[in-house]
Amino acid sequence: MIGTLLKRDLAKFFPFTGSGAALPVVFFVAVAMLFPFAVGPDANLLGRTGGGIVWIAALLAAILPLEKLVAQDIELGTFDQLKLRGIAEETMMAVRLAAHWLSFGPPLILATFPAAALLQLDNPTLHLLLIGLLAGTPGLAAIGLMIAALTASLRAGSALSGLMLIPLALPILIFGAGALAREDQASLGFVGAISLLLVAIAPFAAGAAIRAAREV
Amino acid sequence: MQGSASSLLSARDLACRRGDRLLFRGLSFDLTGGEALHVTGANGTGKSTLIRALAGLTKPFAGDVRLHGEVALLDDRPALDPDLTLTRAIEFWDQIDRNGDPNCAAVSMLGLDSLLDIPVRYLSTGQKKRAALAVLMGSDSTIWLLDEPLSGLDTDAIAIVAERIANHVELGRIALIASHQPLAIEGLRTLAIEDFAPEPEPLA
Repeated sequence: MIGTLLKRDLAKFFPFTGSGAALPVVFFVAVAMLFPFAVGPDANLLGRTGGGIVWIAALLAAILPLEKLVAQDIELGTFDQLKLRGIAEETMMAVRLAAHWLSFGPPLILATFPAAALLQLDNPTLHLLLIGLLAGTPGLAAIGLMIAALTASLRAGSALSGLMLIPLALPILIFGAGALAREDQASLGFVGAISLLLVAIAPFAAGAAIRAAREV
Repeated sequence: MQGSASSLLSARDLACRRGDRLLFRGLSFDLTGGEALHVTGANGTGKSTLIRALAGLTKPFAGDVRLHGEVALLDDRPALDPDLTLTRAIEFWDQIDRNGDPNCAAVSMLGLDSLLDIPVRYLSTGQKKRAALAVLMGSDSTIWLLDEPLSGLDTDAIAIVAERIANHVELGRIALIASHQPLAIEGLRTLAIEDFAPEPEPLA
């Protein structure tokens, strides 16, 4: 049952199989490509700011697929049909969280290599960036899922998602990008802890949100 | 078919509202295996709201619903992925309902064979409705809740659907059909939802 759900969700959201789902990765690389043109090719400046830019690009890439993440299945009635087959909303959302992360987390981490080359980041920075993204992207996926579920039944949902993301994503960004400035692996532990907490809450919050969306 | 005789769907003093407006109140009925109920009423009288409350998707404003058996719901949303071909879209529900055992009988009965390779987004309203009916028939549920099952269907399809509902009920199962169209099914009970509408508020 869960395998079937995960297979469907992955087919829907995974880059290159789903429709237009490669967008987050393309966006991510495009930011890394354009940034040196905007600030100039000064290796020193790029090295200092590049890591932060990668984090911001990752954050924004994570919210690109939000519009499709939950709203479409509410409209199609998929969640209602699954509910009638005895599958809890929390299970559906936990599966969707896994699919959402798998569809942008690992591709983004892979895309960090070309991005780091474009931004002329040194090896220690790349190292911290990779560990940070590995620890942080599940949390970003969880935030994205919660926001997508909460705004699914609203007409201006996608505009609101961007606003809601800012305060929620701040802790991950502060510790994740902060680790680069201080060259300090310990704060990446915080990123992991925040991520785990968000991943634990997300299926319940998102499940409650799609239940509430029925009562309109 | 074991246990189908014990399937049951009943409502006690049910009241539902949409927004702040009370749609109906004091609605009660009992259906046991082998019975079908046709809920009639004009648009906006609460047929769909009743069905969603019976399915347990929303909480009724008052009263309670008791049901025993597996519920299948058909409404205006076919729950088929628009980007997939019809085969793949139906296959997903086959896997959820019956571990991937394909439901060819219902698909060909509803004349969907020639459409199987077409993406769902290119299908017409009536074709999507027929596909949703095929999924419903394949789900092997004992209680069918059908919200406007005939809308968008052509005459042939209407006859097939009526026959399938009759067949389902003959097997000792339950069907509840909300529709403003007449249904040719033997022994069909009727419930007019307007009989349970709240009294209009006196003009101030």
